[in-house]
Amino acid sequence: MSASGLILVFSDMNNIPTGMPPFLPLISFIVLFISLYIFYHYHLGRLKTTNLQELLWKVFVTGLIATILSLGIMLLEFLFSNHRVGENPLFINLHYFLNVGLILGFIVSTFVVWERFIFYQKSKRLIYSWRSFIYFLLLSLFLVFVPIDIGEPLFYVFIGLTFLVSIYFSVNLKWVAYLNYKQKWKSILLFILIVIYLGYFIQELSSYSGDIIILDLFTNITTLCIFTFVFVYAITSVLVLLFNLPTSSVFEKKLEEIINFQRLSQSRNTGKNKEEVYEILLESSVSAVMADAAWLDINQPENHEIKQLTYRISKNEILDVQEHIPKAKIQKILSTDPVKNLKTNRYIASVRDFKYRSILVFPIFIQNESFGTLNLLKEISDGFNDDMIGIIGTFINQASISIENFNLIDAAVENERYTKELNIAKTVQRSLLPAKLEKSNYYDIIGYSESADEVGGDYYDVFKINEDKTILIIGDVSGKGTSAAFHMSQLKGIFHSLVQLQLSPKDFLIYANNALAKGLDKSSFITAAYYIIDTKAKTIEFSRAGHCPTLFYDTGKRSANYFYGIGLGLGIIRNNEFYRYVNIDKIKYKPGDILILFTDGITETRNSDQEEFGYDRLKELIVKNANRTPNEIKDEIVQEMHSFSGSTTTEDDSTLIIIKFKENKT
Amino acid sequence: MITIETNTEEDFYIIKVSGEIDASSSIYLDNKIGEIIKSEKKILVDCNDLQYISSAGLGVFMSYIHEMEEEDIKMVLFGLGNNVKNVFHILGLDQLINMVETKEDAKSLVDAI
Repeated sequence: MSASGLILVFSDMNNIPTGMPPFLPLISFIVLFISLYIFYHYHLGRLKTTNLQELLWKVFVTGLIATILSLGIMLLEFLFSNHRVGENPLFINLHYFLNVGLILGFIVSTFVVWERFIFYQKSKRLIYSWRSFIYFLLLSLFLVFVPIDIGEPLFYVFIGLTFLVSIYFSVNLKWVAYLNYKQKWKSILLFILIVIYLGYFIQELSSYSGDIIILDLFTNITTLCIFTFVFVYAITSVLVLLFNLPTSSVFEKKLEEIINFQRLSQSRNTGKNKEEVYEILLESSVSAVMADAAWLDINQPENHEIKQLTYRISKNEILDVQEHIPKAKIQKILSTDPVKNLKTNRYIASVRDFKYRSILVFPIFIQNESFGTLNLLKEISDGFNDDMIGIIGTFINQASISIENFNLIDAAVENERYTKELNIAKTVQRSLLPAKLEKSNYYDIIGYSESADEVGGDYYDVFKINEDKTILIIGDVSGKGTSAAFHMSQLKGIFHSLVQLQLSPKDFLIYANNALAKGLDKSSFITAAYYIIDTKAKTIEFSRAGHCPTLFYDTGKRSANYFYGIGLGLGIIRNNEFYRYVNIDKIKYKPGDILILFTDGITETRNSDQEEFGYDRLKELIVKNANRTPNEIKDEIVQEMHSFSGSTTTEDDSTLIIIKFKENKT
Repeated sequence: MITIETNTEEDFYIIKVSGEIDASSSIYLDNKIGEIIKSEKKILVDCNDLQYISSAGLGVFMSYIHEMEEEDIKMVLFGLGNNVKNVFHILGLDQLINMVETKEDAKSLVDAI
């Protein structure tokens, strides 16, 4: 230690009896003082610890070592007391200076540690006033050249000033609040021991006082000032610690509440799940109100059950409590809600002659929906104060937010998955429709299909068997979403398998019904219509299975008509009775005639008055636009539909196929 | 939106369906019919205030046809508006489900079949 080196130098110098200027030891003393301060200041400054307990422990240990060494010197003194050497002023001076070194080392290190304590929470003003205090002490250091005796007014001025300054700095005890109950006790003990050292050292110094030739530390202003400061600060610390003991549990509790609050609010980030939030809520609430028992009911609407989380209570005891609540005296209903309903309001109940004398019930709501109830029980009566209720309220609010966040994220994930699924279904559905329709010399054809937001199940296809015969199918699968797209793909498979067999429309529908009877779910069905266009014979042969009627425009009569005919949706009857419900229609066409196939999305388009577009409007549009091309007719219909509904999106899939027959080109 | 009211007259169980039966509301109708066919044999469905029925709604009626036949449960719909009737007609369900104009007709039809 540089300090001990300095002590040696100091002592050595004093051991030189003559030939030395008298101010040299005084200068050495000043140098020693300042170096000790600088040494400790930087030594302790390097310790980045904010743990003041550790620093206090250091002071205690330094004090202990100094005391032991000092006692050792005393023992040495005692051993030589009868010897000639013991009376030698040089010897006395030597061990006196050793003592001085130890004492100075101890009080300066303590001083520096106290400085750290004071600066636990710094302010500009505090730094300036502390700096002034240091300058003041530095100034006093040079007073060794002008010795002031005890009893002189200046002496009292210095000591008095230091005392007042010490009181001023002793207010800075903010660190006390951050100690827990145990740490406070420990600190009190350490402070008391430090005060005892200080007392011992003062006594030591006073015992030397008078014998000393060169420098009497007991009358040294700086030393006494530092002593005063260190002592005052230690005493006030002890007192403040003592007075803080009873409230420290409150502080700890608040701290715990804040930590619990944080746990509740950060549960999402820390990868916890909902169950853990429930547990934290129960645990934190129990510790906040010091409940003897508690349970948390969580409604589970998906299976109409109530999930229960319990703390020191059995299911039977809960039933017991629930039986007692109606008999209990409801102390207060803690709500501004005018309807004082026990189911929706928080309340405190007090029960007589029951194990639990106070019960606090807190219903939990998430987005105005009842989510569960928190029940806290205490064996003492009037066990819940307003502060506790406030805290429970905060905990519940925070837990609600956390749970709501969980729900929202779950919903978002679910929604995301649903949207993805829907997009897949849409892609599938889209790909099942023909990309483009084959051109023919005998007719112009246009197909149009508009999907609703949700996937529907409209299907159409065209298959050219040979130069003269073309097969057309249009279908609508009941229901929406992925199952509709799935059923639609079944229909497509059936169509492409059976179409090659050149069946009559009736037979096709009977086979299709048989095939679908095995593949559709109970409440699903498919409507379809099947057409064979013979361009040589100029006939259209068709059958309808519950599908929208066929619209046919006769250019000769300049009128359009629907062909209803009997029919029944596919999959409605799943036995071999189906044939009874199928009919075949056959019409002859002339060039200029128009065949229009559509799905109910077209006719069931509704306007704001819930009026349907209907069959008549469609028919009129066809008649009005009969001399135009199929594409133009289609555009006209789509535009009319959109302006009718006032929207460009449809509620259901809309499909339209328009075929206009031409003169046979030979 | 759909509202389903039920009551009994003599030994007839009457379900009054009002509003619109679409994909989402058809579930309620499905549950209701599924529940009452367990105990009732004579069911009348009052469609006087039924404004609209989608294919999903038709699917509900359709899905019980077979079961009702087997269990000898009689169901008659009455008071259907033109729009609704037309939807049943196009699908061909009117060939499988009895529909009449009035409640009295419905009662006598149930007793007759």
